[in-house]
Amino acid sequence: MDDVSLLFGQFLGGLTTAMFLFLIASGLSLVFGVMRVLNFAHGSFYMVGAYLAWQSVQWLAPMLGNFWLAALAAALGVALLGGLIERLLLRHIYGREELYQLLLTYALVLILGDAAKALWGTQQLSVSRPPILAGGIEVLGVTLPLYNLFIMLTGVAIAVAGWLVLTRSSAGRMVRAAALDREMLGALGANVGALYTGMFAVSSFLAGLSGALVTPIQSIVPGMDVEIIVEAFIVVVIGGLGSFWGTFWGSVIYGQVLSFGILILPSFSLFSVFALMAVILIVRPWGLFGRPLR
Amino acid sequence: MKTPATALVRRIPLVIVVFLAALTIPWIGSRYDTFLATQIAISALFAVSLNLLLGTTGLVSFGHVAYFGIGSYVCGILMKTYAMPFSIALPAAALGAAFGALVFGFFCVRLTKIYFAMLTLAFSQIIWAICFKWNDVTGGDQGLPDVPYPDLGWMSSVPLLDGLRIADQFYVLTLIVVMLSLAAIQRVIASPFGLMLTTIRENPERAASIGLNVRGYELAAFVIAGGFAGIAGALFGIFNRGVFADFVYWPKSAEVMIMTILGGIDYFWGPAVGAATLVLLNQKITSYTEYWPFVLGSILLVLLFVFPGGIVGGLATGANWLRRKKGGRAGA
Repeated sequence: MDDVSLLFGQFLGGLTTAMFLFLIASGLSLVFGVMRVLNFAHGSFYMVGAYLAWQSVQWLAPMLGNFWLAALAAALGVALLGGLIERLLLRHIYGREELYQLLLTYALVLILGDAAKALWGTQQLSVSRPPILAGGIEVLGVTLPLYNLFIMLTGVAIAVAGWLVLTRSSAGRMVRAAALDREMLGALGANVGALYTGMFAVSSFLAGLSGALVTPIQSIVPGMDVEIIVEAFIVVVIGGLGSFWGTFWGSVIYGQVLSFGILILPSFSLFSVFALMAVILIVRPWGLFGRPLR
Repeated sequence: MKTPATALVRRIPLVIVVFLAALTIPWIGSRYDTFLATQIAISALFAVSLNLLLGTTGLVSFGHVAYFGIGSYVCGILMKTYAMPFSIALPAAALGAAFGALVFGFFCVRLTKIYFAMLTLAFSQIIWAICFKWNDVTGGDQGLPDVPYPDLGWMSSVPLLDGLRIADQFYVLTLIVVMLSLAAIQRVIASPFGLMLTTIRENPERAASIGLNVRGYELAAFVIAGGFAGIAGALFGIFNRGVFADFVYWPKSAEVMIMTILGGIDYFWGPAVGAATLVLLNQKITSYTEYWPFVLGSILLVLLFVFPGGIVGGLATGANWLRRKKGGRAGA
């Protein structure tokens, strides 16, 4: 393998990580942008999605194409869970101090993490790759697994779909209005409560979906929730908390820094992404693509 | 009924009373009681140091564990790798942590609210990444096992302390260090400087408009809190017989935050009460079930929705209510 294909391989690897993180971080960013709540439990939703996908695959084992159904079922299950949590708990803390919001979502991290342990144990679980995406294709001397290609395309598709919904649909217009001024939107007769529940469910759906889609390439283990949430935080901070395209480009930057950081300083690639997060917060707290808060 | 004697008793600082009461544990309790008491004392100092930011200054730091970790590693490395005495390692740990807090805090205090919390989290994760990967110095993912106990030979020449086991002697040392630190933090909070911090918490804009250097004060609070967290970390590394990268992982920051608000952020002793409660509860509950985090999460939910003032806040409200009720009856 020559240098070019080595670099290209790193690039593709970084891109896969990026699109995958975008799936997760987009929901986190959406919720922050509109509700101003930084949801630590978003990583837990991702983990629950992974476990639910594994469970559904077991149940649907004899069926053809069971992986796709299982992923959808997992994402819907997590969306339901998220909607319930918004209705029962989060609803009461909008507008309270950040300290209480952070700790409430952290309480959910603890509870969901242990619930998953109780239900599925602590051993590693894994799901096999759907047969249709088992192979790989050769690009510039690098073998790209079809599944990774699929993740990349899904990321781009979700980005485009999310952008279309936010800018072209009436629901998207409501979401953007809620981000700007929730009281005014309520005063104009919109049902802001239902909007928030729906949006939180969509955000949870995205987290659950990414959890389900990761199962063929990563084993499911306890602790994946606290690990991923910090990565998602880095992504949304780079792009700008609450900024949709910012989250997309933030994921791309994060993926590449991690991927090439490993080439340059293997043991300090972890360090490099946290340092990137810190530098961005210091220089432009609202991120590369965000706008300062009022 | 205020006789001169009770008035005199009331003037004894609580920190001395707590110190004397806690000091009896090695004699009246079991070896395990001392173990728990050591853990409580260290956690209490950690939580009280966080509360200087959280409660007094109103800064939500989600990375306080970074300074605890720096203290642990500095003390552990000096004592284990360089065989330095505790009397040098402890101040070095406090200074190291305070220096870390100065460097990081310089940037953090420029931000507010959620951005402040995120930047403190980012810095604590940087420290974690360094501790986790820098094998030559920190032992990487293996950590630094077998940090030695300090040389406590001098205690053998002190009457009463000479018969104690080494773990008990370390408890006595921990108690002395923790109580001196708590007294110092209390002095800071009660000083004009501390009152300025409270002013900043209540209204940063107004504080700035009367000419207060808000960032400067916040940074000073950040450095002091970091230094005392470093002392707690140094003690914990020795108590734990080793320093590990886990100490610095971000959920630990959430844990100390839970201790702090469980006790009550509006009271000086609140975080210490919270620390004691969590340590004892953890010990009780883990003997029944392995699902301690689940219990902790549920406690946290109840706390946030029912007792946002924490245990001490709840007790104070209850006491006020009783007093008013009694007063009402006397009046009628």
